[in-house]
Amino acid sequence: MILAFDALLALGLVWCAWRALSVRDLTHAVVQFVVFGLLLALAWARLAAPDIALAEAAIGAGLTGALLLDSLRASNAGAAPSPSGADIAVPTSNLAGAVRLAVWAAAVVVGAALLLAIATLPPPLIDLRAQVAGALGASGVSHAVTAVLLNFRGYDTLLEVVVLLLALLGLLACRGEHDPVATAADAPAEPLARALSRRATPVLTLTAVYVLWAGTTQPGGAFQAAALLAATAVLLHITRIVPAWERLGFARRLGAAAGVLLFLGIAAALLAEGALLRYPPAYAGSLILLIESGLTVSLALILAALFLCQTETQ
Amino acid sequence: MTALLDASSLVLLAIGALFFAAGTIGLLRFPDVYTRLHALAKVDTLGLGCVLLGLALQADNLAQALKLLLIWPLVLAASATVGYAIARRAQQISMRPWRGDDA
Amino acid sequence: MSTGLLYAAAGAMLFVLGATALILPLAPLRRVLGFNVMGSGAFLLLVGLAQRDGAADAVPQAMVLTGIVVSVAATALALAIIRRIAALERKAPADD
Repeated sequence: MILAFDALLALGLVWCAWRALSVRDLTHAVVQFVVFGLLLALAWARLAAPDIALAEAAIGAGLTGALLLDSLRASNAGAAPSPSGADIAVPTSNLAGAVRLAVWAAAVVVGAALLLAIATLPPPLIDLRAQVAGALGASGVSHAVTAVLLNFRGYDTLLEVVVLLLALLGLLACRGEHDPVATAADAPAEPLARALSRRATPVLTLTAVYVLWAGTTQPGGAFQAAALLAATAVLLHITRIVPAWERLGFARRLGAAAGVLLFLGIAAALLAEGALLRYPPAYAGSLILLIESGLTVSLALILAALFLCQTETQ
Repeated sequence: MTALLDASSLVLLAIGALFFAAGTIGLLRFPDVYTRLHALAKVDTLGLGCVLLGLALQADNLAQALKLLLIWPLVLAASATVGYAIARRAQQISMRPWRGDDA
Repeated sequence: MSTGLLYAAAGAMLFVLGATALILPLAPLRRVLGFNVMGSGAFLLLVGLAQRDGAADAVPQAMVLTGIVVSVAATALALAIIRRIAALERKAPADD
């Protein structure tokens, strides 16, 4: 019975993705993509992965949707369509019908092969669940996903934040001077939305701190908390309370790098004991919480900067 | 006692699902933006309230139930604001409301 | 046919859809959508296959969490590059 629901959800996922990639109007496509993200969050909940569901709803559907819609707005509000047609909403070239058919045929073949492989998989050789469950007691937290993220595979998380910093640097590097966006007769700031975002900011901040704190024992943690804080920043911007970030001042740069530096510092200090990121069991919980707090601040700044440094003040 | 809680929870969830279905039918069938906003902002949030109440009756402890119920005013505020923003924008770009005599 | 296997199958189809959107010469923004769909498909595949016997597994879930955040950063960078190219083309159209 519940499998029927899962089948319907999976079908809905593929249908939404198909529509997002095939609908003519790009705004429609982006909205379909956001719906896809929300259905995906439901799928993660069905797969017993509430942490991923939280992150997908906040980051995958929310932040990515905001980024895409903002890019569309910039391209629609730009000057006359460029003569070469190189705009973000226009196809780059046309493909002959036969080549297109060949690509689709190849896609069908690869898809069928993947499905066949999935159906005929042998039982898994390694089962990490037992290992994780056994080591969870000494890890400092009681939620398995947080333990894996911050303790067992802490190295991956450290490098991931560095990757995020690199993405931010790349974005700052290719910004260039802001083109004077042809401001259409934009309506003045919407008063009700401004009031809502003002009232919502303390609620969102409190929820983010709670999610960070609860991440040690329940689904939650640094990533979801950072996503909430970044969403607050985006909300404040689109209701015109916070202007776009033209340049990233020293304080914001320091904040963005602080999480990585804290993590690296703790890792280096632990290196003196012999191994990278092997927490002493007595301090593991406090160290993890400290690292997560630093990560929340940094990630929130980075994610907010990924949006606010691209957009133009409306 | 738990049988009563389970039964009322089930009834509330069913009512909530009915409201959501009604709201979705409204979204698909109503003729213009303004009427569709009615369906979404009102009916769907009422359905959400019923669903949350039904789930809160099944919660493990009071804290969990209160957290569930906290969702409702937040969604209420958000959907009201967004509904107003959409309607305001629709009026600014001169979308005429549906009149009964447009076939 | 367990839940995990079902979503893994959906993930495989999403992956192929997204890959096709990347290969075909579509609008740059749509390719960004395709790349996101491809990533989501890969994540579903990873977690679905690991959990095909039903119980939750924390290691692939942590990996997917990392992947989602990196995915949004890559999307932001891709959009910034696309916007920059479009702005440059508007100023000085290339002769084709």
